Amino acid sequence: MTDHHSDIDPVSGRSTTGHEWDGIKELNTPLPRWWVITFYLTIVWAIGYWIVYPAWPLISSNTTGLFGYSTRADVAVELANLEKIRGAKMVALGAASLADIEKDPALLALARAKGKTVFGDNCAPCHGSGGAGAKGYPNLNDDDWLWGGSLDQIMQTIQFGARSGHAKTHEGQMLAFGKDGVLKQDEIVTVANHVRALSGLPTRKGYDAAKGEKIFAENCVACHGDGGKGNPEMGAPNLTDKIWLYGSDEATLIETISQGRAGVMPAWEGRLDPATIKAMAVYVHSLGGGK
Amino acid sequence: MNRTVNPKELPLDDDNGPLYVAQKKVYPQSISGTFRRIKWGLMAFCLGVYYFLPFVRWNRGLGAPSQAVLIDLPNSRFYFFFIELWPQEVYYFTGLLIVAAVALFLMNSVGGRIWCGYLCPQTVWTDLFYAVERLIEGDRRERMKKDKSSDPMKLERISEIVLKHSIWLLIGWWTGGAWVLYFNDAPTLVKELVTFQAPMIAYIWIGILTATTYVLAGFMREQVCTYMCPWPRIQAALTDEWALNVTYRYDRGEKRTSVKKAIELRALGEQVGDCVDCYQCVAVCPTGIDIRNGPQLECIQCGLCIDACDNVMTKIGRPKRLIGYDNDVNIQRRQEGKAPIYRIVRARTVAYSAIIAAVGGIMIYTLATRSLLDVNVLHDRNPVAVRLSDGSIRNAYTVRLLNKSGYDRVIAIDANGPVNATIHVIGIDSVTPDRPMIVVPRDSTSELRLLVTAPAEGNPEKSIPVRFHVTDIGLGEVASATDNFVAP
Repeated sequence: MTDHHSDIDPVSGRSTTGHEWDGIKELNTPLPRWWVITFYLTIVWAIGYWIVYPAWPLISSNTTGLFGYSTRADVAVELANLEKIRGAKMVALGAASLADIEKDPALLALARAKGKTVFGDNCAPCHGSGGAGAKGYPNLNDDDWLWGGSLDQIMQTIQFGARSGHAKTHEGQMLAFGKDGVLKQDEIVTVANHVRALSGLPTRKGYDAAKGEKIFAENCVACHGDGGKGNPEMGAPNLTDKIWLYGSDEATLIETISQGRAGVMPAWEGRLDPATIKAMAVYVHSLGGGK
Repeated sequence: MNRTVNPKELPLDDDNGPLYVAQKKVYPQSISGTFRRIKWGLMAFCLGVYYFLPFVRWNRGLGAPSQAVLIDLPNSRFYFFFIELWPQEVYYFTGLLIVAAVALFLMNSVGGRIWCGYLCPQTVWTDLFYAVERLIEGDRRERMKKDKSSDPMKLERISEIVLKHSIWLLIGWWTGGAWVLYFNDAPTLVKELVTFQAPMIAYIWIGILTATTYVLAGFMREQVCTYMCPWPRIQAALTDEWALNVTYRYDRGEKRTSVKKAIELRALGEQVGDCVDCYQCVAVCPTGIDIRNGPQLECIQCGLCIDACDNVMTKIGRPKRLIGYDNDVNIQRRQEGKAPIYRIVRARTVAYSAIIAAVGGIMIYTLATRSLLDVNVLHDRNPVAVRLSDGSIRNAYTVRLLNKSGYDRVIAIDANGPVNATIHVIGIDSVTPDRPMIVVPRDSTSELRLLVTAPAEGNPEKSIPVRFHVTDIGLGEVASATDNFVAP
């Protein structure tokens, strides 16, 4: 260490730290005593934290502290308080009919908020966070419904699912006309073009409309109905509209007719409580496409 | 003030001097004069506003708070006389803070640390606590004697000390008490506090502010200004050579000598200063410094040394303001025999005033033209657009209607932009199907899910703007918001 003792600032008469920056020296100003005491007190205070709060990691746990504080216990209390606030409202939601929920602004807001959260946790993996759907997973915002778009029908689908294995589930599926040998390849191509024609899409050159009509009438109208308008009882989609679950191009249609389709919607009864399922039905209905 | 340490006094192995120094207690002497009167006046005004403002009433109609100034945290509203602010209007506070900061700069460039010396709560409450101390324990000399005395304490001295601290705590308690009244209806809360029915948080806050007032004004005092406050450092960077600061005019004061000697020397025609080294300026200083050493970090520029010096100058028959609001430029001009010049109007004061006028003007304008009906629109993100079975396009929006008035409104919603668009609000079966109407209760918001549907024909493939108009069908007041209508 250099000797700083003789280094005194001539103006103030005070000692300097001895450091110099471009000719500027720093005065050696001692800290006020209360500042130093406060600093030591904060250290003592920190030791207090070690003692009264969980602090030190042990092999398989940690020190619990004198106060027995835990963030988990705090969360439990918060959740209990929340349940207390929400409880009565959820009871009201469970008691009201679906139609009444949509007419009561307070219940509608509650059902939509609750439904949105539960949708995000349970439905979004397939249907997307806003219910926009994907190939094979229906868009819940539009007005096309495989199993019906009324409040009751939506609720039924959520409760029991489609091809879910639940006793009350929606049954019915698109048969594999090619794989099962019902139709030959050229017949499948023809009927695929017929389906495209139903919704006004262009058909392949040399497509025989009469033949297509005949194959459709013999194989498809049982589920899809005369003219292909669909049947929500069977989950058979309307083939005349602009909405396609798997796609409307010829190749996709040929694949659908050959291999069949049987997407699964799980049953939520038993996994979610009735009031929550109601909230979900209202939420999905209020996305915009509900009938 | 820290003791000056001569390094030669230190033990040799101590390389950098002492680690800390004890606070030197300051015993400001009482004084009377112009600046003391100004300080009393401002103290009475500031404390009066702070302590009594919560009790001022303002009629806002039935069901609304009748307190003129109220911060209603549970309902997130701020009331200031005729103004009611919502959380999303926090920019008014930003404006207020900008004006306050620039006003501080302006004060500083005109008259130095006016804020510190006259208006800062630390100064005002410390001044009040000193007044109590003087009233009970006597003036500077008496207090110094009492503190220094090594005699065992007599009952009289003990009762003095107890009384002083009791009054200090009482002032602190009242300070905390007034604070909580700004957050609740004051007369109701006072009743609850007295009968111990008030919420625990009110007592906790009163406790906190009692403690801070007692400690900061009773014990920390000038230490707050010297060590804790950033403003002394900032203001030193903001000042210039024209700013008027409390200054010892050494051109007039030096050389210091006694009254008698000065008369003798003047008779001989020698140059003598007016300063008689009476140390009155030091005795009255609340930060315990000697202003004659020039501008100092510790100086809060309260002007009490001006009063002290003026009194002495009057007594010895010399002109006043040996210490006064002045600057180095003028000291040098006087030394050169020129007349002093004062430049209040200069680039920085004009700029600061202009900023204050501009920000203040914008705030007043926006407050005066503030709409009591507002609408915010948020487009659905997933999906941004939906194709319906007939090929038409639907976009969904979250619409928030804000009714800031004191009465319920019936609001009609229109959307313009897409060709042949229809709109529908979820949960609303309106009598006018193409123009949904809903009731928005007074002083509240309503959040709606709104669907805009338009045929694909006639609407472009890309995004087009859609404008939402919300109309109070009673008053005709209109608010609007713009978003986009997108094809899938």
